[in-house]
Amino acid sequence: MESKKTILYSQDLQIGYASKKERNAVASDISITLDSGKLIALIGANGIGKSTLLRTLTGIQKPLSGELFLNGKAIFKYSAPEIAKQLSIVLTESLPPSNLTVFEVISLGRQPYTNWIGKLTDEDISKINEAMELTQIASLSDKKHYEISDGQLQKVLVARALAQDTPLIILDEPTTHLDLLHKVSLLKLLKKLASQTHKSILYSTHDLDLALQLSDEIIVMNAEKTVQDTPENLIKSGVLNSLFEDENIIFDQQKAKFIFKDL
Amino acid sequence: MLAVSFLLNISLGSISIPIKEIVNSLSGGQATKNSWEIILWSYRLPKAFVAILAGIGLSVSGLLMQTLFRNPLAGPDVLGLSSGASLGVAFVILGAGVVPASLSPFFLSSYGIVLASCIGSSLVLLAVLAVSQRIRDTMAILIVGLMFGSFTNAIISVLTYFSSAEELQKFTFWSLGSLGNQSWGNILILFICVFSGLILSAFCIKPLNALLLGEKYAKSLGINFSKIRLIIIIATSLLAGSITAFAGPIAFIGLAVPHIAKIIFQTSNHTTLFWGTLLLGAIILLLCDTIAQMPGNYFTLPINAITSIVGAPIVVWLLVRKRKFMI
Repeated sequence: MESKKTILYSQDLQIGYASKKERNAVASDISITLDSGKLIALIGANGIGKSTLLRTLTGIQKPLSGELFLNGKAIFKYSAPEIAKQLSIVLTESLPPSNLTVFEVISLGRQPYTNWIGKLTDEDISKINEAMELTQIASLSDKKHYEISDGQLQKVLVARALAQDTPLIILDEPTTHLDLLHKVSLLKLLKKLASQTHKSILYSTHDLDLALQLSDEIIVMNAEKTVQDTPENLIKSGVLNSLFEDENIIFDQQKAKFIFKDL
Repeated sequence: MLAVSFLLNISLGSISIPIKEIVNSLSGGQATKNSWEIILWSYRLPKAFVAILAGIGLSVSGLLMQTLFRNPLAGPDVLGLSSGASLGVAFVILGAGVVPASLSPFFLSSYGIVLASCIGSSLVLLAVLAVSQRIRDTMAILIVGLMFGSFTNAIISVLTYFSSAEELQKFTFWSLGSLGNQSWGNILILFICVFSGLILSAFCIKPLNALLLGEKYAKSLGINFSKIRLIIIIATSLLAGSITAFAGPIAFIGLAVPHIAKIIFQTSNHTTLFWGTLLLGAIILLLCDTIAQMPGNYFTLPINAITSIVGAPIVVWLLVRKRKFMI
């Protein structure tokens, strides 16, 4: 077992949008640590700044202030090809129409390592096969990406991120289009991948109950503050109660569930 | 296949030359009739070379644009590149009287026309690109391209209104478009332009594959999107611009050939598509040109008409089965 290692670390991060005229801060005081081997969920109400945070963590958007380190180096000191070897992403949006097969989609994850024309070496092929075995989609290899179900496609996209061979994988609402069974199986898969491959996996989600049960750690974004802790500690601390700015939605600590009053 | 269509193309025409004689003449021997020799070397061969270069260039530029715009109906003619090139040429030919007499020889030389044509097409492409950043809708981009086309045509009409009869005649001949009547010197210029455009395109193969996953994934794979977009603009303007400069506007090749390649090879992988499109483009334009100079005809049909007759039904067919549209 490899020892725990910090992949991404932020201190007093303030995120938002800055134009020449004004600074529009979406959220402040974000101090989080993403360790290797952990599956970490990012939860928060709509509009609280989850997407902005993910965009900042992936280096697409600059933070307004604060520090953000990826593998011990400030994220904005990486060049685009370097960062592609440090973090990979899985998006919610569907793939544009094309004739790509599952194998080809996954092999595109090897682009940061291939030569100018994109030729796959034996090492690339073995990484791709490994990614397909880990996600159990080897049988889909020759199918076109539009022929498979949403649940399978999500696994393919995870496999693509695995093939990119980065210490950090960030997924934007990976469970959105899936039914309960596939939600659970995807999160279980992510948890298994995190511990087996010693990657740090961060995902944003609205499936709070599942996140509480299946994640190693959770980052909760509230209007006032952003807290990172284990699910057990979060349940005890009562911070989940203030997740929604609505008094009728409260968190029941005994049941470890959100319940609704006055319905 | 390419060799066969090449031989077929130079063999058939208002005067048919037996293929055996062609092979003989090409390999250094003498054809039986002297007239065949002249037809072959000063007319048919240069034309076949232009057809190959134009077919390759237009198809590859279409392929690049279809992936860049994520729009299956993109192509040099549809997006108004050819009109832009025409506008550039119109400025040079029709405006030659305005510039100082010492400069006009350069403007009217092959170099001047190629330069003007490339600049014209790249300006239109930049404009279409700027608009397509705001609207993502496939159809809207096509309409924008169409509008740019009418816009440039309108400016050309205004220009013709103010130009002399001699200039007008020159421009009209150019705009009819023809693969033939090119000197070997012109073909060399065309070859250099098309070749450099192809080299630039070859460097785009890998990023284009990444773009199949969408812009965000491509960026996450370390692709510098704005740099690639610039290279594609330069490459397509060079390809479409130089070809339009010499052969006039040729419709549908750039749009239809990449689709035929996608249907034949059943893939979106640009490594395969690049070579497939390149070969198919050459073959198809050679065949179109062969049809244009069909034996039994004493005249040659305009190549633009033939490509439209072949290409337009393909586009309609693609629109009809739009559900399965692939980039």
